[in-house]
Amino acid sequence: MSGVPLRTTAASQGGAPAQLLEVADVTMRFGGIVALDGVTFSVAPGRITGLIGPNGAGKTTLFNCLSRLYRPARGDIRLNGRSLADCAPADIAGLGIGRTFQSPTLFDSLSVLDNVKIGAHARGRNGPLTDAFTLPSSRREEREFDLIARVTLDFVELGGAATRPAASLTFAQRKRVELARALATKPALVLLDEPAGGLNHDEVAQLGALIRSIRDKLEITVLLVEHHMGLVMSLSDQVVVLNFGRVIADGTPEEVRGVPAVTEAYLGTRH
Amino acid sequence: MNDGTAAIASEKLAVGGEARLRIGAWRRFAIAALIVLAAALPFGLSNYQVFELTQVMIYAIAVLGLNILTGYNGQISLGHGGFFAAGGYTAAVLMHRYGVPYWATLPPAALVGFALGLLFGLPALRFEGPYLALVTLAMAVATPQTLKYFSWTGGQQGLNLAKPAPPPGLGIDRDRWLYLFVLVILLVAIRVAANLLNGRTGRAWMAIRDHPIAAAAMGVDTPRYKTLAFGTSTLFTAVAGALAAIVVGFVAPESFSLFLSISFLVGSAVGGIATIGGAIVGGFFIEFVPNFANDISDAAPWAIYGLAMLLFMYAMPRGVVGSLGPLAAWLRGRLRPAVAAGEISAASNNASSPQQTSQGRLE
Ligand SMILES: Nc1ncnc2c1ncn2[C@@H]1O[C@H](COP(=O)(O)OP(=O)(O)O)[C@@H](O)[C@H]1O
Ligand SMILES: [Mg+2]
Repeated sequence: MSGVPLRTTAASQGGAPAQLLEVADVTMRFGGIVALDGVTFSVAPGRITGLIGPNGAGKTTLFNCLSRLYRPARGDIRLNGRSLADCAPADIAGLGIGRTFQSPTLFDSLSVLDNVKIGAHARGRNGPLTDAFTLPSSRREEREFDLIARVTLDFVELGGAATRPAASLTFAQRKRVELARALATKPALVLLDEPAGGLNHDEVAQLGALIRSIRDKLEITVLLVEHHMGLVMSLSDQVVVLNFGRVIADGTPEEVRGVPAVTEAYLGTRH
Repeated sequence: MNDGTAAIASEKLAVGGEARLRIGAWRRFAIAALIVLAAALPFGLSNYQVFELTQVMIYAIAVLGLNILTGYNGQISLGHGGFFAAGGYTAAVLMHRYGVPYWATLPPAALVGFALGLLFGLPALRFEGPYLALVTLAMAVATPQTLKYFSWTGGQQGLNLAKPAPPPGLGIDRDRWLYLFVLVILLVAIRVAANLLNGRTGRAWMAIRDHPIAAAAMGVDTPRYKTLAFGTSTLFTAVAGALAAIVVGFVAPESFSLFLSISFLVGSAVGGIATIGGAIVGGFFIEFVPNFANDISDAAPWAIYGLAMLLFMYAMPRGVVGSLGPLAAWLRGRLRPAVAAGEISAASNNASSPQQTSQGRLE
């Protein structure tokens, strides 16, 4: 299975806008398992890029490499041309990559509002001293975070739940709070790991509209991992297909649909 | 975000802000009344009772420090007696050897506590849960004999300190003056802790406790904040130790046994580890329950102590304040018109169950 170059990238045409994210030859192993094998693709700014592939293909692993939670054995990841190789996990949000997790990971004892405020953490400056004595600068920043969090909660239509403990939410609400938390980092790029997982038909439709407005209204580039083919194909400008840790197709939804290796990969794992 | 949503949001903020102000005014009144009561209390009590309540407040500060670490940041410590000792000895040595006035020993004790906590917090980053408990236990076990070893600590005998005199012209005696002095420090400690916990720092601590990986992915520098939590925690506990040295007028290695460290943890759990008010309950427990157990049974005070602990934890597994707090919040919620409630239940109506959709999944 070799990568099928379906689309000449903007960069290679010369003079076109630079790529926001470049994943170059990323390889990640867990003991004997090669979870990612020379993965190379790029994400153009202002687009929704779908990342699909059967279970175990390495999609979440790739996200974890982008978050620096995993360190790839080989390859490089660049955001706006800047390599993430020497970044700590905590640097990533500040550099402009927000993310959600495949199963929502909220801070359960905090309120919904505080969960989203954590998303703004990287942009804050308050330290223990300014906090301890609630200096004016500290108060100003808290008010600003409050506003960001409330606006973001309104955006995901959970404004009414701000004061509720995160632990009391339904699964679908948890996913939306997690999305709001990722957006509150005001990222250039947001990574969504199976946002439709566990949602019903109506919720998926709402989610589709929400993801579109993340790109159009918030002007945030989206990298979307999703099993829901209808959703991915209708939303994505570009689709990257992973199978057994390798890119087997990369192109527009129409182009990718026509690649035999893609159909094979999916049929092969169908029960 | 467009201006429309921003405007709606600020409107919401204004409404929320007003509601908070009203609640805030009541709370402020209640707190002011409590403070006045606490300040007046010693004038109706015996000298010994005043001393006991002073001890309660000192333990409350120590437990508050532990709560920051264990309750709010999720790191356990069985060694806080050691940091209490560090603060106590800092104050004692400064007063005894260098003639520093008692009140001026608090900042150095705080600094020593903070620095030791950072030193300790760094290696603690590599340990979690029970392993961290063991590492901190080592500190508690080693403290008394380490203190005996040096000559500047007064060795086995410890150091006797001159009991501080009340400011002249105030017309109150030493015990009541020290009570008020400690009360002020307790209030400052509570305020500072609350400010930290309500701010960016405390939010990061709690996020790490709840989900360290998600916290890191949101940009929280977890090693830095965990170390900071350790230093802040031990700062509080060291200040409490300094106050104890000042109030008791004496430090000796035996005052800082392993049991002291365990008492702090017990006080923390009984009051509620992730609460501020629980620290005061914990202070009462640490000061009074051992004596109370002694009064009930000379022969088996520790059995009574253990029983009291079990009863508390059984009746209120999340501690006194940890269990009563949510109840109070629920009551407050019932008394307030539930405006937001409709919105929420509307949102939860389309609650999810994992479901196959018409589009089908490729998996
Ligand atoms: N932390 C880990 N330790 C060991 N193996 C892992 C780990 N994370 C992922 N893997 C393996 O890597 C492969 C890719 O997994 P994953 O990225 O979760 O797939 P996907 O998200 O595409 O379903 C799988 O074989 C999985 O078992
Ligand atoms: Mg996955």
